[in-house]
Amino acid sequence: MREFRYEQAPDAAGAVALLAGAPGGAFLGGGTNLVDLMKLGVATPDVLVDVRELTSREITDLPDGGLRIGAGVPNADLAADRRVRERFPVLSQALLAGASGQLRNRATTGGNLLQRTRCGYFTDVTKPCNKRAPGSGCGALEGVHRNHAILGQTLEGPGTCVATHPSDMAVAMLAVDAVVRVLGPDGERAVPIAELHRLPGDDPSRDTTLRHGELITAIDLPALAFPSRYRKARERASFAFALVSVAAALRVEDGVVRDVRLALGGVAHKPWRVQAAEQALVGGPATEEAFAAAARAELDAATPLRDNRFKVPLARNLVVRTLLDLVEVSR
Amino acid sequence: MDTEITLRVDGAAHPLTVDTRTTLLDALRERLRNTSPKKGCDHGQCGACTVLLDGRRVNSCLVLAVTVGDAEVTTSDGLAADGQPHRLHRSFVEYDAFQCGYCTPGQVCSAMGVLAEARAGWPSAVTGDLDDADVDLTDAEIRERMSGNLCRCAAYANIVPAVAAVAQAEGVRR
Repeated sequence: MREFRYEQAPDAAGAVALLAGAPGGAFLGGGTNLVDLMKLGVATPDVLVDVRELTSREITDLPDGGLRIGAGVPNADLAADRRVRERFPVLSQALLAGASGQLRNRATTGGNLLQRTRCGYFTDVTKPCNKRAPGSGCGALEGVHRNHAILGQTLEGPGTCVATHPSDMAVAMLAVDAVVRVLGPDGERAVPIAELHRLPGDDPSRDTTLRHGELITAIDLPALAFPSRYRKARERASFAFALVSVAAALRVEDGVVRDVRLALGGVAHKPWRVQAAEQALVGGPATEEAFAAAARAELDAATPLRDNRFKVPLARNLVVRTLLDLVEVSR
Repeated sequence: MDTEITLRVDGAAHPLTVDTRTTLLDALRERLRNTSPKKGCDHGQCGACTVLLDGRRVNSCLVLAVTVGDAEVTTSDGLAADGQPHRLHRSFVEYDAFQCGYCTPGQVCSAMGVLAEARAGWPSAVTGDLDDADVDLTDAEIRERMSGNLCRCAAYANIVPAVAAVAQAEGVRR
């Protein structure tokens, strides 16, 4: 591991100021991903600014019935919070479907959003990876890529990248239109979560649109007045990343879809909002046939790789099953 | 880069000078000679290094020692008050819940966490109804909640009843 200086600040603004003066530095939250990446030589910060105790560990009610989650709230506490379980079951379920009890105790809400891909070429410094070492190539494109992206990849050129975003939590937050509150050297700003994570484009080294020194301080969840659910397919029963996951919320009246939110995990470089399917569904019948057709409308754009074609029907089936579950609980 | 810290471990305070890169696991094992937590994968995937930090189970291999502050670290050794095995230790022996024993201190600390989380009413991925206030640590619940601890001898079939027996005694299993 590269040597680094460890810094603590009196408050979030102080931490932002410290990192602004350290171009090679990084914020440290729970460290469950960053410390691991430092051991692997993938992350090489020369300064760590510890923000785990600086960002709020509170979950507070918003006037509209939504919730504000402090960036320092551990994943375990967020999943167990009574209000989250009642109002945003999709979020509790997503968190509980991820990692292990030990990791959820330590990992923070802000850090969860910023965790990096588990692509085996990214985490192995002896392999080519445009995300870790821009211009070195993409080992996964023709290599081991069963778990990789089927949508929105960069399939040629110096930006080639087929990695997925690993978070379950972020998929649920995308489905409920969370807003990420950020403090930077130039003050505060609010970033809709759909604009936080990015596709690889021509620069896969950047996972998010945050600038150096910007600190996530909280995540706001707008009120959600209808049932929601998270469903995840993985290669073992517990403690594994998603092959494909679905976060969904559905409002049905008299058999007609009035509102629907759909996001997919494990399919792209960012949590994937399933907009084509959402648009196709609203105003139509809440039936298996309609759900399948809507899922197909989105997945027609998929560009699966040699060994992950299975993700296309898996994603379609997960969408259909999850929406049917929500129709059932809406009765 | 050397930094001075004081680690509170199993009831005793230990002033130490550590390189900032030192994990809590390495500080415990290499500096304090507390070899109860084990180094398995060193990447947070196997759970052999599990300790309690202010009562919450964590992977000590992913915690930098400089970040621990005045939190109380409890290892499986520290659960044996006055040299007497903890109820969980005895249950692991009674149910033959290990073979080589390497993962056992981590399993025991993790089980401590599982019991505390169940008492606090925390749901898991296999909890049917998130609104349920009371946790019932069924075999399926124990398997899910203990999934962060691997046992390469595959003593799982005995670890589950070892944890279940203590859960029953503590009223978090019907």
